[in-house]
Amino acid sequence: MSNGDSNVITGGTLAEIEEKRSSARLKTFSKTLFNWAAGLLILFALWYLGGYLIERNPATTHFADFGPIQTLKAFPVLWEEQTIQNAIQSSGYRLSIGLGIAIACGIPIGILLGVSRTFRQLSNSPFQLLRMISPLSWEPIAVIVFVTWNQAIIFLLAIASVWPVAFATAAGLAKVDPAWFKVAKNLGAKPWHLLTQIILPAILFDILTGIRAALGVAWIVLVPAEFLGVTSGLGYSIADARETLSYDHLTAMVLVIGIIGYILDSSCALAIKRFGWHRGIDQR
Amino acid sequence: MAIRGVEIDIRGLAHRYTPKNPLTFEDVNIQASPGESLVIIGRSGCGKSTLLHIIAGLLDGYSGTLKLDKEDVKKPSSRWVMMFQAPHLFPWMTVEHNVGVGLHFAGWPKEKIRERVAETIHLVHMEEYARNNTQDLSGGQQQRVALARSLVMEPEILLLDEPFSALDAFTRAALQKDVRSISKKLGINLVMVTHDIDEAVLMADRTLVMAGSPGKIMHDLMVDLPDPRNREDQVVQDKRAHLMQIFQDAVNGALSGDSIAEKYDGAMSEANLAGIT
Repeated sequence: MSNGDSNVITGGTLAEIEEKRSSARLKTFSKTLFNWAAGLLILFALWYLGGYLIERNPATTHFADFGPIQTLKAFPVLWEEQTIQNAIQSSGYRLSIGLGIAIACGIPIGILLGVSRTFRQLSNSPFQLLRMISPLSWEPIAVIVFVTWNQAIIFLLAIASVWPVAFATAAGLAKVDPAWFKVAKNLGAKPWHLLTQIILPAILFDILTGIRAALGVAWIVLVPAEFLGVTSGLGYSIADARETLSYDHLTAMVLVIGIIGYILDSSCALAIKRFGWHRGIDQR
Repeated sequence: MAIRGVEIDIRGLAHRYTPKNPLTFEDVNIQASPGESLVIIGRSGCGKSTLLHIIAGLLDGYSGTLKLDKEDVKKPSSRWVMMFQAPHLFPWMTVEHNVGVGLHFAGWPKEKIRERVAETIHLVHMEEYARNNTQDLSGGQQQRVALARSLVMEPEILLLDEPFSALDAFTRAALQKDVRSISKKLGINLVMVTHDIDEAVLMADRTLVMAGSPGKIMHDLMVDLPDPRNREDQVVQDKRAHLMQIFQDAVNGALSGDSIAEKYDGAMSEANLAGIT
Protein backbone atom coordinates (compact mmCIF):
# COMPACT_ATOMS: atom_id res chain seq x y z
CA MET A 1 0.00 0.00 0.00
CA SER A 2 2.68 2.36 1.06
CA ASN A 3 4.70 1.36 -2.01
CA GLY A 4 1.72 2.16 -4.17
CA ASP A 5 1.33 5.56 -2.53
CA SER A 6 5.02 6.20 -2.97
CA ASN A 7 4.76 5.38 -6.68
CA VAL A 8 1.86 7.77 -7.13
CA ILE A 9 3.79 10.53 -5.41
CA THR A 10 6.90 9.79 -7.50
CA GLY A 11 4.80 9.77 -10.68
CA GLY A 12 3.24 13.08 -9.68
CA THR A 13 6.65 14.56 -9.00
CA LEU A 14 7.99 13.43 -12.37
CA ALA A 15 4.93 14.90 -14.05
CA GLU A 16 5.51 18.14 -12.20
CA ILE A 17 9.15 18.20 -13.28
CA GLU A 18 8.13 17.57 -16.90
CA GLU A 19 5.48 20.30 -16.64
CA LYS A 20 8.06 22.73 -15.26
CA ARG A 21 10.48 21.83 -18.04
CA SER A 22 7.78 22.28 -20.65
CA SER A 23 6.79 25.62 -19.13
CA ALA A 24 10.47 26.74 -19.08
CA ARG A 25 10.88 25.75 -22.74
CA LEU A 26 7.76 27.72 -23.67
CA LYS A 27 9.02 30.69 -21.69
CA THR A 28 12.42 30.59 -23.43
CA PHE A 29 10.76 30.28 -26.84
CA SER A 30 8.40 33.19 -26.11
CA LYS A 31 11.28 35.34 -24.91
CA THR A 32 13.34 34.52 -28.03
CA LEU A 33 10.38 35.29 -30.30
CA PHE A 34 9.69 38.53 -28.44
CA ASN A 35 13.34 39.67 -28.71
CA TRP A 36 13.40 38.75 -32.40
CA ALA A 37 10.27 40.81 -33.10
CA ALA A 38 11.39 43.65 -30.81
CA GLY A 39 14.75 43.91 -32.61
CA LEU A 40 13.00 44.25 -35.96
CA LEU A 41 10.54 46.75 -34.53
CA ILE A 42 13.38 48.90 -33.17
CA LEU A 43 15.04 48.85 -36.58
CA PHE A 44 11.74 49.80 -38.24
CA ALA A 45 11.18 52.59 -35.69
CA LEU A 46 14.67 54.03 -36.31
CA TRP A 47 14.05 53.88 -40.05
CA TYR A 48 10.67 55.56 -39.58
CA LEU A 49 12.27 58.28 -37.46
CA GLY A 50 15.01 58.85 -40.05
CA GLY A 51 12.40 59.05 -42.84
CA TYR A 52 10.33 61.48 -40.79
CA LEU A 53 13.35 63.77 -40.15
CA ILE A 54 14.31 63.65 -43.84
CA GLU A 55 10.76 64.54 -44.86
CA ARG A 56 10.54 67.42 -42.36
CA ASN A 57 13.84 68.97 -43.44
CA PRO A 58 13.28 71.21 -46.53
CA ALA A 59 16.85 70.49 -47.69
CA THR A 60 16.22 66.73 -47.84
CA THR A 61 12.49 66.44 -48.35
CA HIS A 62 12.86 65.21 -51.95
CA PHE A 63 14.51 62.07 -50.46
CA ALA A 64 11.37 61.30 -48.45
CA ASP A 65 10.71 58.17 -50.50
CA PHE A 66 13.48 56.45 -48.56
CA GLY A 67 11.01 56.23 -45.66
CA PRO A 68 9.38 52.93 -44.63
CA ILE A 69 5.80 53.75 -45.60
CA GLN A 70 6.74 54.73 -49.17
CA THR A 71 8.99 51.68 -49.40
CA LEU A 72 6.27 49.29 -48.25
CA LYS A 73 3.89 50.85 -50.77
CA ALA A 74 6.45 50.18 -53.54
CA PHE A 75 6.53 46.43 -52.87
CA PRO A 76 3.22 45.47 -54.56
CA VAL A 77 4.16 47.59 -57.60
CA LEU A 78 7.56 45.94 -57.94
CA TRP A 79 6.00 42.51 -57.42
CA GLU A 80 3.35 43.07 -60.08
CA GLU A 81 5.97 44.34 -62.51
CA GLN A 82 7.93 41.11 -61.81
CA THR A 83 10.95 43.26 -60.94
CA ILE A 84 11.58 41.46 -57.65
CA GLN A 85 11.09 37.97 -59.10
CA ASN A 86 13.32 38.63 -62.14
CA ALA A 87 16.04 40.22 -60.01
CA ILE A 88 16.02 37.30 -57.57
CA GLN A 89 16.14 34.81 -60.44
CA SER A 90 19.13 36.46 -62.15
CA SER A 91 21.09 37.07 -58.94
CA GLY A 92 20.18 33.62 -57.61
CA TYR A 93 21.53 32.01 -60.77
CA ARG A 94 24.85 33.88 -60.54
CA LEU A 95 25.14 33.25 -56.83
CA SER A 96 24.44 29.52 -57.08
CA ILE A 97 26.90 28.99 -59.94
CA GLY A 98 29.62 31.13 -58.29
CA LEU A 99 29.14 29.51 -54.90
CA GLY A 100 28.90 26.07 -56.50
CA ILE A 101 32.28 26.58 -58.18
CA ALA A 102 33.73 27.84 -54.87
CA ILE A 103 32.46 24.75 -53.02
CA ALA A 104 33.59 22.36 -55.76
CA CYS A 105 37.11 23.87 -55.70
CA GLY A 106 37.27 24.85 -52.02
CA ILE A 107 36.58 21.42 -50.50
CA PRO A 108 39.29 19.54 -52.45
CA ILE A 109 41.74 22.42 -51.87
CA GLY A 110 40.91 22.33 -48.15
CA ILE A 111 41.38 18.55 -48.01
CA LEU A 112 44.73 18.87 -49.80
CA LEU A 113 45.75 21.62 -47.36
CA GLY A 114 44.77 19.36 -44.48
CA VAL A 115 46.48 16.17 -45.62
CA SER A 116 49.60 17.34 -47.47
CA ARG A 117 52.22 19.31 -45.62
CA THR A 118 54.08 20.01 -48.88
CA PHE A 119 50.94 21.43 -50.52
CA ARG A 120 50.23 23.46 -47.38
CA GLN A 121 53.73 24.96 -47.34
CA LEU A 122 53.76 25.50 -51.09
CA SER A 123 50.37 27.17 -51.24
CA ASN A 124 50.45 29.18 -48.01
CA SER A 125 51.97 32.39 -49.38
CA PRO A 126 50.09 32.49 -52.71
CA PHE A 127 46.75 31.67 -51.07
CA GLN A 128 47.18 34.25 -48.31
CA LEU A 129 48.15 36.85 -50.93
CA LEU A 130 45.19 36.02 -53.22
CA ARG A 131 42.81 35.90 -50.26
CA MET A 132 43.70 39.43 -49.24
CA ILE A 133 42.86 40.91 -52.66
CA SER A 134 39.46 42.58 -52.53
CA PRO A 135 37.17 40.51 -54.78
CA LEU A 136 35.86 43.61 -56.60
CA SER A 137 39.38 44.62 -57.61
CA TRP A 138 39.34 41.56 -59.91
CA GLU A 139 36.45 43.11 -61.86
CA PRO A 140 38.48 44.95 -64.58
CA ILE A 141 40.57 41.84 -65.20
CA ALA A 142 37.50 39.58 -65.18
CA VAL A 143 35.76 41.79 -67.73
CA ILE A 144 38.75 41.47 -70.07
CA VAL A 145 39.23 37.73 -69.55
CA PHE A 146 35.59 36.59 -69.75
CA VAL A 147 33.36 36.90 -72.79
CA THR A 148 30.23 38.05 -70.94
CA TRP A 149 29.55 40.19 -67.87
CA ASN A 150 27.60 37.29 -66.44
CA GLN A 151 30.70 35.08 -66.50
CA ALA A 152 32.79 37.88 -65.00
CA ILE A 153 30.36 38.27 -62.08
CA ILE A 154 30.29 34.51 -61.50
CA PHE A 155 34.11 34.54 -61.42
CA LEU A 156 34.08 37.37 -58.84
CA LEU A 157 31.66 35.43 -56.65
CA ALA A 158 33.74 32.25 -56.94
CA ILE A 159 37.06 33.95 -56.19
CA ALA A 160 35.51 35.74 -53.20
CA SER A 161 33.91 32.67 -51.65
CA VAL A 162 36.43 29.91 -52.35
CA TRP A 163 38.73 30.87 -49.44
CA PRO A 164 36.29 30.51 -46.54
CA VAL A 165 35.32 27.04 -47.82
CA ALA A 166 38.93 25.92 -48.36
CA PHE A 167 40.27 27.20 -45.04
CA ALA A 168 37.30 25.94 -43.01
CA THR A 169 37.70 22.48 -44.61
CA ALA A 170 41.44 22.46 -43.81
CA ALA A 171 40.78 23.59 -40.23
CA GLY A 172 38.16 20.84 -39.85
CA LEU A 173 40.57 18.22 -41.11
CA ALA A 174 43.23 19.34 -38.64
CA LYS A 175 40.79 18.57 -35.81
CA VAL A 176 39.93 15.04 -36.99
CA ASP A 177 40.91 12.38 -34.46
CA PRO A 178 43.73 10.33 -36.11
CA ALA A 179 42.45 7.28 -34.21
CA TRP A 180 39.36 7.24 -36.47
CA PHE A 181 41.61 6.49 -39.44
CA LYS A 182 43.38 3.75 -37.49
CA VAL A 183 40.05 2.18 -36.48
CA ALA A 184 38.66 2.45 -40.02
CA LYS A 185 41.78 0.88 -41.57
CA ASN A 186 41.61 -1.83 -38.93
CA LEU A 187 38.05 -2.56 -40.07
CA GLY A 188 39.13 -2.82 -43.70
CA ALA A 189 38.42 0.70 -45.01
CA LYS A 190 39.81 1.52 -48.47
CA PRO A 191 40.94 5.10 -49.33
CA TRP A 192 37.51 5.80 -50.87
CA HIS A 193 35.81 4.72 -47.62
CA LEU A 194 38.16 6.92 -45.61
CA LEU A 195 37.15 9.92 -47.72
CA THR A 196 33.39 9.32 -47.90
CA GLN A 197 32.69 7.59 -44.59
CA ILE A 198 35.23 9.18 -42.27
CA ILE A 199 36.75 12.44 -43.53
CA LEU A 200 33.69 14.10 -45.09
CA PRO A 201 31.23 13.30 -42.27
CA ALA A 202 33.86 14.25 -39.67
CA ILE A 203 34.42 17.69 -41.21
CA LEU A 204 30.88 18.32 -42.48
CA PHE A 205 30.26 20.82 -39.69
CA ASP A 206 33.37 22.81 -40.67
CA ILE A 207 32.52 22.63 -44.40
CA LEU A 208 29.01 23.95 -43.73
CA THR A 209 30.40 26.69 -41.50
CA GLY A 210 32.78 27.62 -44.34
CA ILE A 211 29.91 27.62 -46.84
CA ARG A 212 27.91 29.88 -44.53
CA ALA A 213 30.81 32.35 -44.35
CA ALA A 214 31.34 32.05 -48.13
CA LEU A 215 27.66 32.74 -48.78
CA GLY A 216 27.90 35.90 -46.68
CA VAL A 217 30.92 37.11 -48.64
CA ALA A 218 29.37 36.19 -52.02
CA TRP A 219 26.13 37.94 -51.14
CA ILE A 220 28.03 41.11 -50.23
CA VAL A 221 30.08 40.98 -53.45
CA LEU A 222 27.08 40.16 -55.68
CA VAL A 223 25.28 43.50 -55.44
CA PRO A 224 28.18 45.86 -56.32
CA ALA A 225 29.31 43.40 -59.00
CA GLU A 226 25.89 43.74 -60.65
CA PHE A 227 26.06 47.55 -60.68
CA LEU A 228 27.98 47.50 -63.95
CA GLY A 229 27.52 45.75 -67.25
CA VAL A 230 24.48 43.56 -66.65
CA THR A 231 20.82 44.45 -67.10
CA SER A 232 19.33 42.11 -64.52
CA GLY A 233 19.74 41.17 -60.88
CA LEU A 234 19.33 42.82 -57.51
CA GLY A 235 22.38 45.08 -57.92
CA TYR A 236 21.16 46.23 -61.34
CA SER A 237 17.67 46.94 -59.90
CA ILE A 238 19.19 49.21 -57.27
CA ALA A 239 21.37 51.02 -59.80
CA ASP A 240 18.38 51.38 -62.13
CA ALA A 241 16.18 52.80 -59.35
CA ARG A 242 18.91 55.30 -58.48
CA GLU A 243 19.21 56.40 -62.12
CA THR A 244 15.43 56.95 -62.34
CA LEU A 245 15.35 58.64 -58.90
CA SER A 246 12.83 56.00 -57.67
CA TYR A 247 14.04 56.02 -54.09
CA ASP A 248 11.10 53.99 -52.81
CA HIS A 249 11.96 51.24 -55.34
CA LEU A 250 15.63 51.51 -54.41
CA THR A 251 14.92 51.04 -50.69
CA ALA A 252 12.46 48.22 -51.41
CA MET A 253 15.16 46.34 -53.38
CA VAL A 254 17.69 46.96 -50.58
CA LEU A 255 15.14 45.45 -48.19
CA VAL A 256 14.69 42.45 -50.53
CA ILE A 257 18.48 41.93 -50.48
CA GLY A 258 18.48 42.03 -46.68
CA ILE A 259 15.54 39.63 -46.35
CA ILE A 260 16.96 37.10 -48.84
CA GLY A 261 20.42 37.30 -47.27
CA TYR A 262 18.85 36.70 -43.86
CA ILE A 263 16.87 33.70 -45.15
CA LEU A 264 19.96 32.20 -46.84
CA ASP A 265 22.10 32.63 -43.73
CA SER A 266 19.39 31.17 -41.49
CA SER A 267 19.07 28.19 -43.87
CA CYS A 268 22.81 27.60 -43.56
CA ALA A 269 22.58 27.83 -39.77
CA LEU A 270 19.74 25.27 -39.83
CA ALA A 271 21.75 22.96 -42.10
CA ILE A 272 24.72 23.20 -39.70
CA LYS A 273 22.43 22.33 -36.80
CA ARG A 274 20.82 19.47 -38.74
CA PHE A 275 23.97 17.86 -40.16
CA GLY A 276 26.62 18.80 -37.60
CA TRP A 277 27.32 16.01 -35.12
CA HIS A 278 29.03 18.10 -32.44
CA ARG A 279 27.19 18.26 -29.15
CA GLY A 280 26.26 21.73 -27.87
CA ILE A 281 25.53 22.89 -31.41
CA ASP A 282 22.64 25.01 -30.09
CA GLN A 283 25.10 27.16 -28.22
CA ARG A 284 27.09 28.00 -31.34
CA MET B 1 32.48 -25.11 -28.98
CA ALA B 2 33.60 -24.45 -32.56
CA ILE B 3 37.12 -23.05 -32.79
CA ARG B 4 37.31 -20.09 -35.17
CA GLY B 5 40.68 -18.81 -33.92
CA VAL B 6 43.99 -19.40 -35.63
CA GLU B 7 47.57 -20.31 -34.81
CA ILE B 8 49.81 -17.41 -33.80
CA ASP B 9 53.50 -17.83 -34.53
CA ILE B 10 55.87 -14.98 -33.70
CA ARG B 11 59.63 -15.59 -33.80
CA GLY B 12 62.54 -13.29 -33.05
CA LEU B 13 60.43 -10.15 -33.39
CA ALA B 14 62.20 -6.82 -32.78
CA HIS B 15 61.11 -3.26 -33.48
CA ARG B 16 62.37 0.29 -33.45
CA TYR B 17 60.37 3.36 -34.54
CA THR B 18 63.19 5.04 -36.50
CA PRO B 19 66.79 4.00 -37.16
CA LYS B 20 67.91 6.57 -34.60
CA ASN B 21 65.52 5.28 -31.91
CA PRO B 22 66.54 2.52 -29.52
CA LEU B 23 64.83 -0.87 -29.89
CA THR B 24 61.27 -0.87 -28.55
CA PHE B 25 61.43 -4.63 -27.92
CA GLU B 26 63.55 -7.53 -29.10
CA ASP B 27 63.62 -11.29 -29.38
CA VAL B 28 59.88 -11.69 -28.87
CA ASN B 29 58.73 -15.28 -29.42
CA ILE B 30 55.07 -16.15 -28.99
CA GLN B 31 53.25 -19.26 -30.11
CA ALA B 32 49.58 -19.77 -29.41
CA SER B 33 47.05 -22.34 -30.51
CA PRO B 34 43.63 -21.53 -32.08
CA GLY B 35 41.10 -20.17 -29.60
CA GLU B 36 43.69 -19.42 -26.92
CA SER B 37 43.57 -16.23 -24.85
CA LEU B 38 46.91 -14.55 -24.32
CA VAL B 39 47.36 -11.61 -21.98
CA ILE B 40 50.60 -9.65 -22.13
CA ILE B 41 51.34 -7.71 -18.96
CA GLY B 42 54.05 -5.20 -18.45
CA ARG B 43 54.82 -1.71 -17.27
CA SER B 44 54.16 1.31 -19.47
CA GLY B 45 56.87 1.76 -22.10
CA CYS B 46 57.95 -1.89 -22.38
CA GLY B 47 56.55 -2.09 -25.93
CA LYS B 48 53.45 -4.21 -25.37
CA SER B 49 51.08 -1.82 -27.21
CA THR B 50 53.56 -1.53 -30.09
CA LEU B 51 53.69 -5.33 -30.27
CA LEU B 52 49.88 -5.46 -30.47
CA HIS B 53 49.78 -2.81 -33.23
CA ILE B 54 52.32 -4.88 -35.20
CA ILE B 55 50.22 -8.03 -34.78
CA ALA B 56 47.20 -6.05 -36.04
CA GLY B 57 49.16 -5.01 -39.14
CA LEU B 58 48.89 -1.35 -38.18
CA LEU B 59 52.61 -0.82 -37.73
CA ASP B 60 55.62 -1.96 -39.73
CA GLY B 61 59.36 -1.54 -39.36
CA TYR B 62 59.98 -4.78 -37.49
CA SER B 63 62.36 -7.67 -37.97
CA GLY B 64 61.63 -11.34 -37.31
CA THR B 65 58.65 -13.37 -38.43
CA LEU B 66 55.01 -12.80 -37.61
CA LYS B 67 52.56 -15.39 -38.90
CA LEU B 68 48.87 -15.60 -38.15
CA ASP B 69 47.26 -18.76 -39.51
CA LYS B 70 50.60 -19.45 -41.28
CA GLU B 71 50.35 -16.16 -43.23
CA ASP B 72 52.77 -13.26 -42.90
CA VAL B 73 51.06 -10.15 -41.53
CA LYS B 74 51.74 -7.17 -43.78
CA LYS B 75 48.61 -5.02 -43.44
CA PRO B 76 45.41 -4.73 -41.39
CA SER B 77 42.80 -7.38 -41.96
CA SER B 78 39.25 -7.93 -40.78
CA ARG B 79 40.46 -11.40 -39.66
CA TRP B 80 42.40 -9.81 -36.77
CA VAL B 81 40.65 -6.79 -35.39
CA MET B 82 41.87 -4.50 -32.67
CA MET B 83 39.96 -2.82 -29.86
CA PHE B 84 41.69 0.25 -28.48
CA GLN B 85 42.03 1.84 -25.05
CA ALA B 86 39.41 4.44 -26.00
CA PRO B 87 36.35 3.33 -27.98
CA HIS B 88 36.98 5.83 -30.83
CA LEU B 89 33.41 5.47 -32.06
CA PHE B 90 32.34 7.58 -35.01
CA PRO B 91 30.19 10.27 -33.35
CA TRP B 92 28.19 11.09 -36.49
CA MET B 93 26.79 7.55 -36.56
CA THR B 94 24.25 5.73 -34.43
CA VAL B 95 25.22 2.64 -32.45
CA GLU B 96 24.04 0.27 -35.20
CA HIS B 97 25.84 2.21 -37.91
CA ASN B 98 29.05 2.13 -35.90
CA VAL B 99 28.72 -1.60 -35.41
CA GLY B 100 28.01 -2.25 -39.09
CA VAL B 101 30.62 0.08 -40.57
CA GLY B 102 33.22 -2.66 -41.12
CA LEU B 103 30.67 -4.81 -42.99
CA HIS B 104 29.81 -1.76 -45.10
CA PHE B 105 33.52 -1.38 -45.95
CA ALA B 106 33.56 -5.06 -46.91
CA GLY B 107 30.65 -4.48 -49.32
CA TRP B 108 28.04 -6.63 -47.56
CA PRO B 109 24.42 -6.18 -48.77
CA LYS B 110 22.33 -3.89 -46.54
CA GLU B 111 19.89 -6.62 -45.45
CA LYS B 112 22.71 -8.91 -44.32
CA ILE B 113 24.42 -6.04 -42.50
CA ARG B 114 21.17 -5.33 -40.62
CA GLU B 115 20.80 -8.97 -39.52
CA ARG B 116 24.43 -9.39 -38.49
CA VAL B 117 24.50 -6.06 -36.63
CA ALA B 118 21.33 -6.96 -34.69
CA GLU B 119 22.87 -10.30 -33.64
CA THR B 120 26.12 -8.67 -32.51
CA ILE B 121 24.41 -5.85 -30.63
CA HIS B 122 22.40 -8.53 -28.83
CA LEU B 123 25.65 -10.34 -27.96
CA VAL B 124 26.98 -7.26 -26.11
CA HIS B 125 23.58 -6.43 -24.52
CA MET B 126 23.10 -3.08 -26.27
CA GLU B 127 19.78 -3.73 -28.08
CA GLU B 128 18.09 -0.93 -26.16
CA TYR B 129 20.55 1.63 -27.51
CA ALA B 130 20.85 0.46 -31.14
CA ARG B 131 19.44 3.68 -32.58
CA ASN B 132 21.05 6.06 -30.11
CA ASN B 133 23.83 8.43 -31.03
CA THR B 134 27.06 7.14 -29.52
CA GLN B 135 27.62 10.47 -27.76
CA ASP B 136 24.63 9.68 -25.56
CA LEU B 137 26.29 6.56 -24.12
CA SER B 138 28.40 6.07 -21.00
CA GLY B 139 32.07 5.03 -21.26
CA GLY B 140 31.24 1.38 -20.59
CA GLN B 141 28.41 1.36 -23.14
CA GLN B 142 30.69 2.95 -25.72
CA GLN B 143 33.29 0.25 -25.10
CA ARG B 144 30.58 -2.39 -25.57
CA VAL B 145 29.73 -0.82 -28.94
CA ALA B 146 33.45 -0.85 -29.84
CA LEU B 147 33.52 -4.54 -28.89
CA ALA B 148 30.48 -5.22 -31.10
CA ARG B 149 32.10 -3.28 -33.95
CA SER B 150 35.11 -5.58 -33.69
CA LEU B 151 33.12 -8.81 -33.25
CA VAL B 152 30.73 -8.13 -36.13
CA MET B 153 33.62 -8.74 -38.53
CA GLU B 154 33.74 -12.33 -37.22
CA PRO B 155 37.46 -12.00 -36.55
CA GLU B 156 39.67 -14.97 -35.83
CA ILE B 157 41.77 -12.92 -33.42
CA LEU B 158 40.55 -10.08 -31.21
CA LEU B 159 43.38 -7.79 -30.16
CA LEU B 160 42.70 -5.69 -27.08
CA ASP B 161 44.87 -2.70 -26.14
CA GLU B 162 44.01 -1.99 -22.48
CA PRO B 163 40.38 -1.52 -23.48
CA PHE B 164 38.97 -1.33 -19.95
CA SER B 165 41.57 0.86 -18.28
CA ALA B 166 39.46 4.02 -18.42
CA LEU B 167 36.31 2.38 -17.03
CA ASP B 168 34.96 2.26 -13.50
CA ALA B 169 35.54 -0.92 -11.48
CA PHE B 170 32.00 -2.34 -11.89
CA THR B 171 31.83 -1.79 -15.64
CA ARG B 172 35.36 -3.13 -16.04
CA ALA B 173 34.51 -6.34 -14.15
CA ALA B 174 31.35 -6.88 -16.22
CA LEU B 175 33.17 -6.33 -19.51
CA GLN B 176 36.09 -8.56 -18.52
CA LYS B 177 33.66 -11.39 -17.86
CA ASP B 178 31.64 -10.74 -21.03
CA VAL B 179 34.63 -10.46 -23.36
CA ARG B 180 36.13 -13.71 -22.11
CA SER B 181 32.84 -15.61 -22.30
CA ILE B 182 32.09 -14.22 -25.79
CA SER B 183 35.57 -15.12 -27.04
CA LYS B 184 35.20 -18.64 -25.69
CA LYS B 185 31.69 -18.95 -27.13
CA LEU B 186 32.94 -17.87 -30.57
CA GLY B 187 36.19 -19.82 -30.26
CA ILE B 188 38.39 -16.89 -31.23
CA ASN B 189 41.88 -15.98 -30.02
CA LEU B 190 42.26 -13.08 -27.64
CA VAL B 191 45.52 -11.19 -27.44
CA MET B 192 45.31 -8.50 -24.82
CA VAL B 193 47.79 -6.10 -23.28
CA THR B 194 47.26 -4.69 -19.82
CA HIS B 195 49.14 -3.61 -16.73
CA ASP B 196 46.39 -4.94 -14.48
CA ILE B 197 47.40 -8.25 -12.86
CA ASP B 198 43.79 -9.02 -11.84
CA GLU B 199 42.63 -8.54 -15.40
CA ALA B 200 45.34 -10.88 -16.66
CA VAL B 201 44.29 -13.66 -14.27
CA LEU B 202 40.58 -13.19 -15.02
CA MET B 203 40.93 -13.18 -18.80
CA ALA B 204 43.97 -15.25 -19.80
CA ASP B 205 44.63 -18.85 -20.69
CA ARG B 206 48.28 -17.80 -20.69
CA THR B 207 49.97 -14.69 -19.40
CA LEU B 208 53.17 -13.34 -20.90
CA VAL B 209 55.20 -11.03 -18.69
CA MET B 210 57.02 -8.35 -20.63
CA ALA B 211 59.68 -6.15 -19.05
CA GLY B 212 62.89 -4.29 -19.69
CA SER B 213 64.04 -1.75 -22.17
CA PRO B 214 64.07 -2.89 -24.91
CA GLY B 215 61.13 -5.03 -23.84
CA LYS B 216 61.38 -8.81 -23.75
CA ILE B 217 59.01 -11.61 -22.86
CA MET B 218 60.43 -12.54 -19.48
CA HIS B 219 57.96 -15.23 -18.54
CA ASP B 220 55.08 -17.30 -19.86
CA LEU B 221 52.56 -18.55 -17.29
CA MET B 222 49.58 -20.88 -17.81
CA VAL B 223 46.40 -19.60 -16.15
CA ASP B 224 44.56 -22.90 -16.06
CA LEU B 225 41.55 -21.84 -14.01
CA PRO B 226 37.93 -22.88 -14.57
CA ASP B 227 35.28 -20.44 -15.88
CA PRO B 228 33.51 -18.37 -14.76
CA ARG B 229 36.32 -16.75 -12.80
CA ASN B 230 35.60 -14.52 -9.84
CA ARG B 231 38.06 -12.12 -8.31
CA GLU B 232 37.17 -13.38 -4.81
CA ASP B 233 37.81 -17.10 -5.52
CA GLN B 234 40.80 -18.50 -3.66
CA VAL B 235 42.28 -20.09 -6.79
CA VAL B 236 42.11 -16.73 -8.56
CA GLN B 237 43.71 -15.02 -5.56
CA ASP B 238 46.48 -17.63 -5.46
CA LYS B 239 47.18 -17.31 -9.18
CA ARG B 240 47.19 -13.53 -8.83
CA ALA B 241 49.76 -13.71 -6.02
CA HIS B 242 51.88 -16.08 -8.09
CA LEU B 243 51.72 -13.84 -11.15
CA MET B 244 52.48 -10.77 -9.06
CA GLN B 245 55.62 -12.45 -7.72
CA ILE B 246 56.70 -13.43 -11.23
CA PHE B 247 55.98 -9.91 -12.48
CA GLN B 248 58.03 -8.27 -9.73
CA ASP B 249 60.90 -10.70 -10.30
CA ALA B 250 60.70 -10.02 -14.04
CA VAL B 251 60.84 -6.26 -13.52
CA ASN B 252 63.69 -6.57 -10.97
CA GLY B 253 65.48 -9.04 -13.24
CA ALA B 254 65.15 -6.68 -16.17
CA LEU B 255 66.54 -3.83 -14.08
CA SER B 256 69.49 -5.89 -12.84
CA GLY B 257 70.01 -7.67 -16.15
CA ASP B 258 69.44 -11.14 -14.67
CA SER B 259 67.20 -13.72 -16.27
CA ILE B 260 64.38 -15.27 -14.30
CA ALA B 261 63.97 -18.11 -16.76
CA GLU B 262 65.88 -20.55 -14.55
CA LYS B 263 63.81 -19.78 -11.47
CA TYR B 264 60.52 -20.51 -13.20
CA ASP B 265 61.88 -22.98 -15.71
CA GLY B 266 59.13 -25.59 -15.15
CA ALA B 267 56.24 -23.19 -15.70
CA MET B 268 57.92 -21.69 -18.75
CA SER B 269 58.34 -25.03 -20.45
CA GLU B 270 54.77 -26.07 -19.66
CA ALA B 271 53.33 -22.91 -21.16
CA ASN B 272 55.45 -23.05 -24.29
CA LEU B 273 54.56 -26.66 -24.93
CA ALA B 274 50.86 -25.86 -24.60
CA GLY B 275 51.21 -22.91 -26.94
CA ILE B 276 52.98 -24.77 -29.72
CA THR B 277 50.42 -27.56 -30.08
